[in-house]
Amino acid sequence: MAVIAEPVAAKPVSRFRFILDRREVLGAILVAPAILYVLLLVGAPFLLAVYYSVSAYTIYDPSWHFVGLSNFKQIVQNPVFIDTLENTFLFTFASQLLGLVLGKFGAFLLLRPFPGRKIVRALVILPWAVPIALASVAWEWMFDSLYSVINWTLIALGIIDRSQAPNWLGNPHLAMLCVIVVNAWRFFPFAIVVFLAGITSVPQDIIDAATVDGAGFWRRNYQIIMPMILPIVAIGLIFGIVFTFTDLSVVYLLTNGGPVNATTVLGFQGFQVGIVSGDVSHGAAISLFMLPVLFVLVIGMLRFIRRREI
Amino acid sequence: MAAVLTRDIIKKFGEVSAVDGITLTVPDGEFMVLLGPSGCGKTTFLRIICGLEQQTSGDLIIGGNVVNDIPPRARGVAMMFQSYGLYPHYTVRNNIAFPLKTTRVPRAEIEKRVAWAANLLGIDHLLDRRPRQLSGGERQRVALARALVREPTALLLDEPLSNLDAKLRASARQEIRQFQQRVGTTTIYVTHDQVEAMGMGDRIAVIDHGRVRQVGTPAEIYDDPADRFVATFVGTPPMNLLARDGTYLGFRPENFLPRDMINNGNGGVTEFSFRVDRSEYLGSERIVYGVVEGFDTQVITAKLPPAHVAEESIRPGEWHPFAVKNGAMRYFSRDGKRTSWH
Repeated sequence: MAVIAEPVAAKPVSRFRFILDRREVLGAILVAPAILYVLLLVGAPFLLAVYYSVSAYTIYDPSWHFVGLSNFKQIVQNPVFIDTLENTFLFTFASQLLGLVLGKFGAFLLLRPFPGRKIVRALVILPWAVPIALASVAWEWMFDSLYSVINWTLIALGIIDRSQAPNWLGNPHLAMLCVIVVNAWRFFPFAIVVFLAGITSVPQDIIDAATVDGAGFWRRNYQIIMPMILPIVAIGLIFGIVFTFTDLSVVYLLTNGGPVNATTVLGFQGFQVGIVSGDVSHGAAISLFMLPVLFVLVIGMLRFIRRREI
Repeated sequence: MAAVLTRDIIKKFGEVSAVDGITLTVPDGEFMVLLGPSGCGKTTFLRIICGLEQQTSGDLIIGGNVVNDIPPRARGVAMMFQSYGLYPHYTVRNNIAFPLKTTRVPRAEIEKRVAWAANLLGIDHLLDRRPRQLSGGERQRVALARALVREPTALLLDEPLSNLDAKLRASARQEIRQFQQRVGTTTIYVTHDQVEAMGMGDRIAVIDHGRVRQVGTPAEIYDDPADRFVATFVGTPPMNLLARDGTYLGFRPENFLPRDMINNGNGGVTEFSFRVDRSEYLGSERIVYGVVEGFDTQVITAKLPPAHVAEESIRPGEWHPFAVKNGAMRYFSRDGKRTSWH
């Protein structure tokens, strides 16, 4: 006997009943808050800043008068701005480099099992987790001209004499060193996490194969592990560079840009000119000055990562 | 090339003995297979030989030298891993060249040797690709080329075929075997697959719980198992065992046949009454499951040859006269060791 499917009287189903089962609808709903957030809190202020930078807007004269690129011309002609630019590059790349080196060593130390490793792993995140305002106060005291614990230690160890104790935040070069060190200190736990994630993602078989193939510690590290985790490290570095380039907190809290603008960075100067002095248009121009450079840098690094992807 | 000797190797992880006193001699040029179930310690043993693990005690001798304290890179052994362990950021060429670069072989010599190894395995055309652009079979060849390129004292293979599909595995098995015979490198091959072990090994070492249960040629392992573990681990379906007063009587399923198929010959036969419960038709053979009279609780299998494959005479639920030649019977004592008759 042949069995024939009986036509079933279909109940009309509301077309909205399974709407959340549709991939494109659910996806849009889930992504919407993030897009809205970015548009409202990043996109809108950004466009506003772009407009400010080509206007003559100050808080005393809030006119929307369009002035073209003259704001940019003016800031470039200011010698302090050129110093600021140099400081920003030095600050960013030196602190990132130091942070990466510390991060790599830290990651290697934390990979080895030792008693109390879990506690150390948790503690190492502290510089990153502690509010920077709080941490800067601590660092400020350590670099203090009179009460510096660093100087006290150096004197106690007999390395330097009391009369030649360095004035950390008072000397232009040392002040720059200080903000770099503090920023690297802040960044290195992040670098450790990135390196740890990268190194643990390398399959043990590959490391074992390299060992049997005759590679010692250095060769395994620099010819096998490092190239393999380079994409992950590069992503971490992009974060670090972008955040440091636009950051002003360490400088603001530790040196206030001084002495004599020796540690002024772009973010700080933009804040000083645009917010503190109220010259919004010039502040916006300073803040946006590095955008094209950062943009090219990030695009370049992302392309490099994609090419290296394994 | 060199002989590999181990003397009472023990490896403990905490309280657990992964390797529990393995003494094994692999003569120069031999293809030795370590066969055992997962977790029996065979891979740990292999890792000790290449130096990735340090044994708790015991001696390891490669080419006449005790190498207990010599680091992996100085032992001159090559190892091929289950997942191949290819370097994903290098091209095939650089993958194969890596073991030579670590030993500072001159560049011209490296090129020559890479070409030799690639040619040997037929992967010349893949040299400029990266591992992710290769199929499973190609990766396996690259891994083998990398292992062989520096002409190792011994070649260690850790389940190298388990990532291949069944068809490819059969041809890869042949290839590795032929190729080993041509190069003549002492080879230690770890597997849990008895087909690989039987088909490839000059000799097989059956390992269980960190101990060697038996070392012998495939025929010895199959025909004359040293104990119950070897008897039931090797062979599909495994050897039938009938428990009787604490001792065991064993016979292979292919030797358990209908009475009329066995001629008495010399040595005589032992007859059983066999009740068939179910049977599996496998094309070239038929596997029959059932019980024999007097041993109602023990499932016995019989492997019937082509003559009986399609035959309806072996019907489920009926008792049939079956028999085993006395010469095919194996006896095991109470503790599982092989004994002669009674």
